[in-house]
Amino acid sequence: MRYILMMHAPRATGDYQINSWSPEDFQAHIAFMRQFNRDLVESGEFVGAQGLAAPGEAKLVRAGKGGVPITDGPFAESKEFLAGYWIIEVDSPERAYEIAAKASVAPGPGGVPLYMPIEVRQVMSAPMPADT
Amino acid sequence: MTRDDTADSTSSTIGHLLRDLAPQVLGALTRRHGDFADAEDAVQDALIAAAAQWPNDGIPDNPRGWLYQVATRRLTDHLRSEIARRRREDVVAAESSGDDATTTVDAELDAEQDDTLILLFMCCHPALTPASAISLTLRAVGGLTTAEIANAFLVPEATMAQRISRAKGSIKTSEVAFRLPNEEERAERLSAVLHILYLIFSEGYASSVGPDLQRTDLANEAIRLTRTVHHLLPNVGEVTGLLALMLLTDARRSARTGPNGELIPLDEQDRSLWDQQLIADGGALVSRALSTGSIGPYQLQAAVAALHDEAARVEDTDWPQIFALYGLLERMSDNPMVTLNRAIAAAMVHGPAVGLEYLQPLDADARMSGHYRLDAVRGHLYEMAGDPERAVAHYRAAAERTTSIPERNYLTTKAARLAAEQRKVSAPTASVDMPNA
Repeated sequence: MRYILMMHAPRATGDYQINSWSPEDFQAHIAFMRQFNRDLVESGEFVGAQGLAAPGEAKLVRAGKGGVPITDGPFAESKEFLAGYWIIEVDSPERAYEIAAKASVAPGPGGVPLYMPIEVRQVMSAPMPADT
Repeated sequence: MTRDDTADSTSSTIGHLLRDLAPQVLGALTRRHGDFADAEDAVQDALIAAAAQWPNDGIPDNPRGWLYQVATRRLTDHLRSEIARRRREDVVAAESSGDDATTTVDAELDAEQDDTLILLFMCCHPALTPASAISLTLRAVGGLTTAEIANAFLVPEATMAQRISRAKGSIKTSEVAFRLPNEEERAERLSAVLHILYLIFSEGYASSVGPDLQRTDLANEAIRLTRTVHHLLPNVGEVTGLLALMLLTDARRSARTGPNGELIPLDEQDRSLWDQQLIADGGALVSRALSTGSIGPYQLQAAVAALHDEAARVEDTDWPQIFALYGLLERMSDNPMVTLNRAIAAAMVHGPAVGLEYLQPLDADARMSGHYRLDAVRGHLYEMAGDPERAVAHYRAAAERTTSIPERNYLTTKAARLAAEQRKVSAPTASVDMPNA
């Protein structure tokens, strides 16, 4: 079964205030994330992952008259934003939670775990051949 | 050598062979059957068949003839089914001679000149978007499979297949003839080809998608294709210049990234990791290109790269010369990135204040204002000028704006390091001002 793990970063505090981290703490965080991805590839559970650019230019788009795009935003006041996501292929929801918990403790300043909230949602699939 | 090593080296030999033969077979087939799009599909099928069969059955005695035969058969099958589908019989006659005796195949393949150039001109036709031209070039001239190209650009194979098929559709609609462009348009068309090769190289060198900074497969492929063009047009200065630029840039490949994939800028690289052979080859090419008379942007960029590569230590870099070369380049092409690089060189020669002045016009340039590179360079120059506060602000702004993960990490680290140093310096006074918590 497939899951998406979404990493939300609180916005008001500015991306976990990453700008105030020491360079060593920041490097440790990057090294942790790379190792996390490598482990997922090695366990055969990695499907994909993307980091999203900063939300400074993010827009909400709706179609106007004649399908012309009407943009709204960026929304500086939103409380949190999607920083990135992973898609994993696992045998059970428990395994997905386990992986999410690992991402959650990525290190922050002084190597202290961040305990980031990771939203875990199952990805829908085509019906199984037996069902159709 | 273990069994697996042998198998690996065989399959890599086959891979190289197929890539070399692909444009020759495609050229011959297109000449014979007239339809580039269909011929290209047939050759792709033949390449996939070869990649599946040769590792087990061994490489045939005449691999090129084998590919041509299989591709011809595929093309004939395809045309027959098309005809059946359309119930049009008039085309049959034209195509019924598809399966010829093997003896004529070689004669046919050898009869014509190298078609690689014609194919390149076709695939890099200005009617195509760069993304389409890149994909089509890699497949039709580079001999890569759709799956390999999709993999290199991190898109699903079906998406890449569609992109290639649309590109071929545009060529068909534009009625691009299978021949070399005529005298008047040749220079312009060649520069389109070089631009596409340059983009393939850049994509390999500084990936625009994904978490990794470089994808060496694309850089290698661009170098291989450019070598081919250089081999066919040894006296065109810009071709030589582009090849030199690629080699001189590629020479620094292993010094560009750290253990965690982090970006290491030129002035912090371990120069002992630079590939001296590539530097020597590239340097020789630059000298040759510059002596041909007509100077172009690739030659000038290669000359700059050579000056960096030939400096044993950062402080040995010949900045005045680099500054002069960027000045020439700026006069030749209206490219804000050149102005940006010239500002850095100006700062190295005349000090950061002068460099910052050179940056000013870029604020009014829509292509550049708000671009992360402008902030990144300003950060660098303010850092040089001993203004860490402004430097940190610009580095952070650049980190916010870049869409490249390694660049963002690099810029964030840069800002963090400077800010930490600043805190250290100002700590004693700051503590005096602190309210009693």
